[in-house]
Amino acid sequence: GPAAAEPLGLGRPALPEEIAAWDMTVLPDGTGLPEGSGDVWTGDEVFAEACAMCHGDFAEGLDNWPVLAGGAGSLQDRRPVKTIGSYWPYLSTVWDYVHRSMPFGMAQTLSADDVYAISAFLLYSNGIVEDDFVLSKENFAGIVMPNAEGFYPDDRPGIEYPKFRTEPCMADCAESAEITKRAVKLNVTPEDPDGRPAGTLPDLHLTAAGTEPP
Amino acid sequence: MSAAGRSAAARRPAAASGAALAAGTARAAGPDPLITEVQPWASEFGDPVDAAPYGMPIRFEDHVVRRNVEWLTESPVSSINFTPIHALEGTITPAGCAFERHHSGAIELSKSDYRLMITGLVDRPLVFTYEDLTRFPRQSRVAFLECAANGGMEWGGAQLEGCQFTQGMIHNMEYVGVPLSALLAEAGVKPEGKWIYFEGADASSNGRSIPLEKAMDDVLIAFYANGEALRKEHGYPVRAVVPGWEGNLWVKWLRRISVYDQAVEGREETSKYTDLMPDGRARKWTWVMDAKSVITSPSPQAPIYHGRGPLVITGLAWSGNGRISRVDVSLDGGKNWQEAEIEGTPQPKALTRFRLPIQWDGSEMILQSRAMDETGYVQPTKDALREIRGLNNVYHNNGIQTWWVRASGEVENVEVG
Repeated sequence: GPAAAEPLGLGRPALPEEIAAWDMTVLPDGTGLPEGSGDVWTGDEVFAEACAMCHGDFAEGLDNWPVLAGGAGSLQDRRPVKTIGSYWPYLSTVWDYVHRSMPFGMAQTLSADDVYAISAFLLYSNGIVEDDFVLSKENFAGIVMPNAEGFYPDDRPGIEYPKFRTEPCMADCAESAEITKRAVKLNVTPEDPDGRPAGTLPDLHLTAAGTEPP
Repeated sequence: MSAAGRSAAARRPAAASGAALAAGTARAAGPDPLITEVQPWASEFGDPVDAAPYGMPIRFEDHVVRRNVEWLTESPVSSINFTPIHALEGTITPAGCAFERHHSGAIELSKSDYRLMITGLVDRPLVFTYEDLTRFPRQSRVAFLECAANGGMEWGGAQLEGCQFTQGMIHNMEYVGVPLSALLAEAGVKPEGKWIYFEGADASSNGRSIPLEKAMDDVLIAFYANGEALRKEHGYPVRAVVPGWEGNLWVKWLRRISVYDQAVEGREETSKYTDLMPDGRARKWTWVMDAKSVITSPSPQAPIYHGRGPLVITGLAWSGNGRISRVDVSLDGGKNWQEAEIEGTPQPKALTRFRLPIQWDGSEMILQSRAMDETGYVQPTKDALREIRGLNNVYHNNGIQTWWVRASGEVENVEVG
């Protein structure tokens, strides 16, 4: 198979500085964390400066920007509130994602200590630690997120595929074909000037050849 | 006709214009001046060959474009737009109108600035330039890329009007690139390496983990799509092609491939792309996109203007679990089904075109299509999926779509029950 392919000698060795610059990934067990630490109150200050304009002073989210705190116990609600505290399984993901991809539009501008402090503040905002908590590389792996056990690998092959891999009904099926929902009742689709859904094909009877297109 | 006149005319019900031509063999009222009079294009010059070094579609097709729905996301740089599948035929998606999904916008990355790093549990951590990648033996394959969220807005009911919006987070291209297995062989995966992590060069990075088995099977590191370089918005100059698996894994502007002994569990595989179930727990690692189909015409953006008589029902079917083996179509909301014609030989994990020519008597229809793949899986109804998953799965909605064809020829997105 392709796995046994002989190397062609293409590429060149990656230097340690290059690997350090790009491989910033933090694994669930904390592997990959740099040295550093940060406390809740420092995190509050950094958050106020770099994050609160979108995510709110208390990580509660402004306008439609993501809510980072709250929603505990809502995962079976009609409209669940999935936040770091209510939903995310690992603190490593918070650290890794904030460090690499936030603030939105100014990513990779936070120091390791900034990210430890923001992570401590987000833990506090979600009621997971006290306000005097200091997060560091050393105690990181000891933090267990509330929804750490909330996920399981894809089980469609066991649960769904046997149910759906059956010969389907072709004639006189017992389906009910009463219309129960209509998208037009919501009327939230972008529209063309004539009120039809945006991008509706032109009616060729109305478009004489050589005239202006719609 | 003036633009204003056309606009006013367009507001008339479709039936008003369609009825006049209802019978396919209608006799002409008189000679057609488009035939009897010499038209300018039959007499004067058209455009010279130097008018358009890289052409765009003719202006009459300007409705065949990507569209977005502003209220779906909070920012247009972490957002989605939709392929105009209602207006396309065959299976290959023109790249210029193939949908986009970015998390920090479509970045501009030149081939000369491009670098790809392989790190982690490998014998030789490596850096490749774009030129290096062009020197590996190549493979090509056609594959659909479907966003995990395609149809996600429809979990709770019929919401958006048109298959562009309800099924259009998809495209299907012919890719050329290097098998991931060849790049990994160059670096040498250590025995304890079990997971591959992809990361893009953009600010969002879109890091995702996939098991080594998939990486060695059919993942391509692609630099051509539909014959030319990838479009900027599709990952120029290099992206991952992960056949059959959710679009989020097809990391664009790919800059790093790392080998780990465990999954990274990055943001895009914990907070996002996990599927909440009724008991409050969530599925993770739901990588495969299951068998699915949609009738693209008639559909809400493709009403029947031509009146009763011959009608081509056509659509797309696809499965991440292999080839499409059959597509059934119902005209009565699932009570009775007939097998549609499938165009050509379906390719595995690629869009497949189906058609069913019928005689339309002008009465209402409740259209549905139902795909089957080579594993024997039959596309479920939305209700069958909801019975297992509830309403808050967000992703992986492959439920049967229903169109209500009105007597006027207009078509609505509905649910039946």
